[in-house]
Amino acid sequence: MQTTYRRRQWMNNTAFALTGLCALITLGILFFVLGYVTYHGFSSLSWDFFTKLPKPVGETGGGMANAIVGTFKLIGLASLVGLPLGVLGGIYLAEYGKGNTAGFLVRYSADVINGVPSIVMGIFAYTVVVLPMKHFSALAGGVALGIMLIPIAVRSTEEFLKLVPMAIREAALALGLPQWKVIVRVVIPTSMKGLLTGVLLDLSRVSGETAPLLFTAFGNRYWSAGWMNPISSLPVMIFTYAVSPYEDWHRQAWAAALVLLMIVLATNVGARVLMRNQVKVVA
Amino acid sequence: MPLTTASVPLPSPPPSPTLPRERTKYSSGGWGDTLFKNLTLIFALSILGIALAIAWELYKNSALPRHAFGWSFLTRQIWDPVAEDFGALPFIFGTLVSSALALLMAIPLGVGVAIFLAELAPRKVSSACAFLIELLAAIPSVVYGLIGIFVLVPFMRVYVQPFLMKTLGFLPLFHGPAYGVGMLTAAVILAIMIVPFITTISREIFLSVPIALKEAAMALGATHWEVVRLAVLPYSRSGIAGSVFLALGRALGETMAVTMVIGNRPEIMASLLAPGYTMAAVLANEFTEATSDLYVQTLIEIGLVLFVITIAVNAIGRLILYKMNPHAESH
Repeated sequence: MQTTYRRRQWMNNTAFALTGLCALITLGILFFVLGYVTYHGFSSLSWDFFTKLPKPVGETGGGMANAIVGTFKLIGLASLVGLPLGVLGGIYLAEYGKGNTAGFLVRYSADVINGVPSIVMGIFAYTVVVLPMKHFSALAGGVALGIMLIPIAVRSTEEFLKLVPMAIREAALALGLPQWKVIVRVVIPTSMKGLLTGVLLDLSRVSGETAPLLFTAFGNRYWSAGWMNPISSLPVMIFTYAVSPYEDWHRQAWAAALVLLMIVLATNVGARVLMRNQVKVVA
Repeated sequence: MPLTTASVPLPSPPPSPTLPRERTKYSSGGWGDTLFKNLTLIFALSILGIALAIAWELYKNSALPRHAFGWSFLTRQIWDPVAEDFGALPFIFGTLVSSALALLMAIPLGVGVAIFLAELAPRKVSSACAFLIELLAAIPSVVYGLIGIFVLVPFMRVYVQPFLMKTLGFLPLFHGPAYGVGMLTAAVILAIMIVPFITTISREIFLSVPIALKEAAMALGATHWEVVRLAVLPYSRSGIAGSVFLALGRALGETMAVTMVIGNRPEIMASLLAPGYTMAAVLANEFTEATSDLYVQTLIEIGLVLFVITIAVNAIGRLILYKMNPHAESH
């Protein structure tokens, strides 16, 4: 009797100690990755990195000014392509798409797009933009990233609009407003913060994507004029530099990784702090 | 929308001279409603259109290899761009094996963290940790690849692989020279990347286990761990399965980190320490170098195969989660 009890007690302690160990390992990995990138990134970061173009192969020095600008250009283009579709689609789902066939199909296809591997999204943009134009372009990269924005934008818009209490809509309808004005003037402003959160999280997710850009935006060692030329981006530069044999390029890859990580995590954490306040207000 | 129609039929108002004006006003609102509804509907339906277009473009642009190789494309081991003779088996093998290995590591780790967060950690610590673990999912895959190349690969080559060869070397699974890169290294990176998916969903499911179930087990004298084992885990089994399928969908399509550490050799090797190749990795490496139409379209066909596999895996995962709780919103 006593020994069974001891054994069960021992089992209890061991099992929970193991789960604690799992948590420690996982958090340890997170802090290791953040710390390692910060350490190596900071020691390689310089003013040149933000202001200069990449040097020709073999020369040391230079920076990634064009890749930093390129990343923001691509994200801007992706927002233009993806956000209107995602947000308006989400409005449809929340306001008109409950329990009908169109709503089901749209929700299902958003899930499908969400599951498509990012590299396959690159192939799609390649076949619809690069093949007809016959050359790589910022536009193709923007289309690939823009489509990747859609599923999360749809989902978060739908969820945040649903959080707006029915009573608020009914009050506005009772005052005689047509439904579309209720949506545009009452429902959307009420959930504005939530919508912004969703969009920011979405942007943070795609701004680190590399695979869809490899054969759409391609890369460029110079400034890229307009939207129809190949364009450089931080993630693709990190990949190219990391697999290269040059010591100096490895150093710059770490610096680029730090800058990219800052952009991605700042957006991500900012959005989630915003959301925390939002949830408090609704609750 | 039931909002616009009153549930109680109103008595029709007596005809009056003001009525026509009222009616125009009302119908102008109706006109705006129709316009707005249809506008959002068009945008919503174009999402459906894009999903269909992705499938169609992949299918249409892989016609050449489908005619040249037929179904045997999926079962042949040859990859010879010079002679233009292609078979996708090494890539399919590499994708499936690396993802399966990653799951073997990520499931215990992810579920362990979820149990810790849901059962042991105080509420505040738990949500703070959940926040941090979601950050793990936000780190771009190319940054994992960078860490993989410069930290994990040397670590595997110097410590892990020699150790495995010494202790388990009698198995063909752990034969061969320690390259550092290889199937096992890719699986480790993948496991780290998918743990957040398993942990986040599992934690939410553990937290939603009815308290009465746990109290019943406690009342019978179960230790806390026995409560977890007998009440919490069986109740959440299908939910965990759903999260595992979603994580698997992510692992199968993961490109950059895997490309950077798997070694990129299109051969099927028995050893987990040997270099391999995955479908996503071959696309990343060879797409811009493919010169002939047949070569490009063969790569697109690999994309099609990857697309079909991930869609199926994701659909299974969502179905499981949906069946478990039809009202929960999926992520």
